[in-house]
Amino acid sequence: MSISFRMPPILRPQVGGARQVEANGATLGEALEDLFTQYPGVKEQIVDSEGEINRFVNVYVQNEDVRLGDGLATPVPDGGTVIILPAMAGGAC
Amino acid sequence: MTTYRELLAQVKEEISEIDARQLTDELAAAQPPLLIDVREPDEYEQGAIAEAVHIPRGFLESRIEAAAPDKSQRIVLSCASGARSAFGAKALAELGYTDVVSLAGGFSGWKQAGNPWSEPKVLDAERRRRYSRHLVIPEVGEAGQLKLLGAKVLMIGAGGLGSPSSLYLAAAGVGTIGIIDDDVVDASNLQRQVIHNTERIGIPKAESAELTLTALNPDVEVVQYRERLTSENIDRILSGYDVVVDGTDNFPTRYLLNDASVKHNIPVVHASIFRFEGQLTVFKPHEGPCYRCLFPEPPPVELAPSCAEGGVLGVLPGIMGTLQATEALKLILEIGDPLVGRLLLADALDMSFHEVQLRRDPNCPVCSEHAGPIEYIDYDEFCAGGAHASAH
Repeated sequence: MSISFRMPPILRPQVGGARQVEANGATLGEALEDLFTQYPGVKEQIVDSEGEINRFVNVYVQNEDVRLGDGLATPVPDGGTVIILPAMAGGAC
Repeated sequence: MTTYRELLAQVKEEISEIDARQLTDELAAAQPPLLIDVREPDEYEQGAIAEAVHIPRGFLESRIEAAAPDKSQRIVLSCASGARSAFGAKALAELGYTDVVSLAGGFSGWKQAGNPWSEPKVLDAERRRRYSRHLVIPEVGEAGQLKLLGAKVLMIGAGGLGSPSSLYLAAAGVGTIGIIDDDVVDASNLQRQVIHNTERIGIPKAESAELTLTALNPDVEVVQYRERLTSENIDRILSGYDVVVDGTDNFPTRYLLNDASVKHNIPVVHASIFRFEGQLTVFKPHEGPCYRCLFPEPPPVELAPSCAEGGVLGVLPGIMGTLQATEALKLILEIGDPLVGRLLLADALDMSFHEVQLRRDPNCPVCSEHAGPIEYIDYDEFCAGGAHASAH
């Protein structure tokens, strides 16, 4: 079950600069575990100490916000895409 | 050889007429007809029936399909006395319109019978020339252009996003543009903040923006707010604006603006940018999610670098700012499908545009039905640079 994670600019240094990385899992939770095993540096920026998705990060599976779905239990189809979207400060910059 | 009188009599035989009393009844009905005033602009401007759409006789054939796409709909044509409208009715019948009548006696007869009329709000010749490319778009037209001239848009920041968005809003004839920015023009701004220029380094950005916008379009009144947006001044500044264009560079201002815009029921066209990527959405209070539905809490400082730290490709705010202007114009004109409940993710490196769905948080502390009275919070502690409504 290969899943593509689209990484925001802020997390790319922790994944070797890649804009997109692959992970395996049938649910978002499983795929995130695999992602954290491969790239331990991204973990604390995506989930809190209890393993829940941080409030300042949105995660979309197939373009839908998982917080309004089944959260970490949201199923991810094979070849599906997960978008990690933290709040961005830069506006008027 | 036929004379004009003979021709008119002949045409009147071929078409149907109604009188002023019948028109009054039809206009009051549940499904009123489309009333088209075919007189010349100078006649129309001096007074017209309020419900009338103005299409001068010379443009009737070329513009009717945009005004009346359904050829079976009922159309009433009126002119000054009922002659030009009779010829117009015949022309429309030739174009396949099946239910066209001419107002006998025209506007003069209507007025003499004591029916209501008014002086329509119209654009003068100079404005008709300036906005001619808008006037020919059916979705904008003269009524839309008058809406734009009467509209008030508040720009939060005269920086990377505020530069292109305010330039296009001013060019479009948005009548009042408020600009809140307490910063001065710096050389490092000019890589992307195209509203300023090299000679203006050191002068207030709000002042520089006013100089540029009023030079582009003297119809625009610019209101400068050379201050930082705070919980103390936000009610005073926001009230009276129709749309807010958010070009803030920090979370404290963004949360404060969100809470106040929900309180004042003003839509916010939001964009944020970083390096090669941008996000865009429209927060329309109570119709779609607000910023707090999207991000309930600001991130810790180390996870949210500003553009000064992270950098931004100079043209990126140009792309996102012009998209913001587009959404602001749509909101004012009430046309199209604004980006409410949808977040557009733009990536300039692969030049891709991606959309994700946003939904209202049923427990949102600000915009849900469970929300209590809105109290503003100054999130100073979240921003290393302090609450700053300006553009770096």
